[in-house]
Amino acid sequence: MKRRHAETRAALLFASPWILGFCIFLLYPLAASIYYSFCDYSVLRPPVWIGMDNYRELLQDEVFWKTLYNTLYYAAFALPLSAAVALALALLLNTKVRGMAIYRTIFFVPSLVPMISLAVLWLWIFNGEHGLINALLGLIGIKGPNWLSDPNWSKPALILMSMWGAGHAMVIYLAGLQDVPQSLYEAAELDGADWWARTRHVTLPTISPVILFNIIMGIIGTLQVFAVPYVMFPGGSPARSTYFYTMYLFDNAFIYQKMGYACAMGWIMFLIILVLTMAALKFSEKRVHYG
Amino acid sequence: MTARSVRTLLIHTVLLLLSIVFIIPLYWMIITALKPIEETMLQPPRWVPSQWQWENFAKAFTYGSEQLGYIPFLIYGRNTLLIATLSVAGAVCSNAVVAYAFARLRWPGRDLLFAITLATMMVPFPVIMVPVYALFKEMGWIGTFRPLWVPAWFGNAFNIFLLRQFFRTIPSELSEAARIDGCSEWAIFREIILPLARPALAVVALFTFMASWNDFLGPLIYLMDQRTFTLSLGLQFYQSQHGGTQWNLLMAASTIVIAPVIVLFFFTQKQFIQGIAVTGLKG
Repeated sequence: MKRRHAETRAALLFASPWILGFCIFLLYPLAASIYYSFCDYSVLRPPVWIGMDNYRELLQDEVFWKTLYNTLYYAAFALPLSAAVALALALLLNTKVRGMAIYRTIFFVPSLVPMISLAVLWLWIFNGEHGLINALLGLIGIKGPNWLSDPNWSKPALILMSMWGAGHAMVIYLAGLQDVPQSLYEAAELDGADWWARTRHVTLPTISPVILFNIIMGIIGTLQVFAVPYVMFPGGSPARSTYFYTMYLFDNAFIYQKMGYACAMGWIMFLIILVLTMAALKFSEKRVHYG
Repeated sequence: MTARSVRTLLIHTVLLLLSIVFIIPLYWMIITALKPIEETMLQPPRWVPSQWQWENFAKAFTYGSEQLGYIPFLIYGRNTLLIATLSVAGAVCSNAVVAYAFARLRWPGRDLLFAITLATMMVPFPVIMVPVYALFKEMGWIGTFRPLWVPAWFGNAFNIFLLRQFFRTIPSELSEAARIDGCSEWAIFREIILPLARPALAVVALFTFMASWNDFLGPLIYLMDQRTFTLSLGLQFYQSQHGGTQWNLLMAASTIVIAPVIVLFFFTQKQFIQGIAVTGLKG
């Protein structure tokens, strides 16, 4: 009995940084954020309770809907495309070719590039007049668009960029692929399954939990996309086509000093993440195979 | 040729082509950084500069130092390194002790708190951004580095999870034997667990360093004075000030920001790749 107490005391001491951190940097801010979302609040003055006004205003705020649309549009393309690239690269590397480690490094390194450098680098590559992409397109006789100033091409530019960073997910998939039991492949081969059949019926089902995990993390990350468009497209230019949810939230909080409004936006984002995650889990119920 | 070698050849061709596509942006950045300004805008593009202007790096590095009275990149680099070092130290210390409590000790409420801890990984930062800012404002920390590294000393859900998984693989007989010998929990933690956990701690250190080096939103919110800027904030400032004129210098600056990350990766490849793989598989 005495030892039990001693152990609990020691444990609470060991866990105390996190218990404190959890309360100060998470629990309190969460509670405060709910409260502020019902208030008219700028850091300069104390919050004033205004009930549901922030949420009501949000529903009628055209910019809010625009940024939500932009963000979901971006997520709808960037997520599946970069997941497909990552999975394809991982499947290629998993064929046990020689030089696998070198290829893996080449595909992985771009995902290490800090976001600010990423933004600056692609500003240059997408540059309408002197950028590399349009120069290469010019070589084969295509006049490239003004990626950065044409509202029809700004989002596709960002989606293309996102695929360049697929190396991170590729590493996760590759590790998942290496965990697929060899015996399953051998059994499939005996049944006369070709590469594609083995991939579809053995590989993909076995790593489906990894895919699901990556997609959920992807949803959470994509809805928070901020630094790259913030640097590449000041103010969400052109024509607000790259004005994303978190950028508008940031502007409300720190430019317009509408901090209660920003908190309300944060909670709506959280709600969207929860709904999408639930949907992903529900959708995957029959498709994901936990072995 | 057999069917098998045709297949191998095909895979290598595809991989090679993809490798070129993945390398080109970084190659283009470095090569632009080394070009004279006129050559950055040629059509068709020049893949190799006619003369290698290494001085572009020096120019990018000292750009604006005359007006500012200091070398901005040196100051930004020092600031970034300081914040990253303090964050790494904090993350390694705090997450190790906390993970020990979750992995190796039994206490009421442990599993519940751990479940809640995992759930907090779902909370997007923008939700709590305003109250956290208000909190630091209340403490008078806005404009200082403290908001950027102090929280690292209080643990973080992801790192706790990572270390807990690792600590649990260490046989419990080791701790039991030490307890019978009368060792305190602190002694067990220091003498037995920590030395064994070095690879996992390295992963935590690595990821924390990268996140800190990469951070843009944090410095943007909390730092006010240009002298206190980090590299990412400095580079953004640089870019918005000179909107696309001197691409060679901007690419040189960008290369300077990327280089430490890539170098670090090459020295720690194994831990790095394993660390990332673990994050995906055990989730």
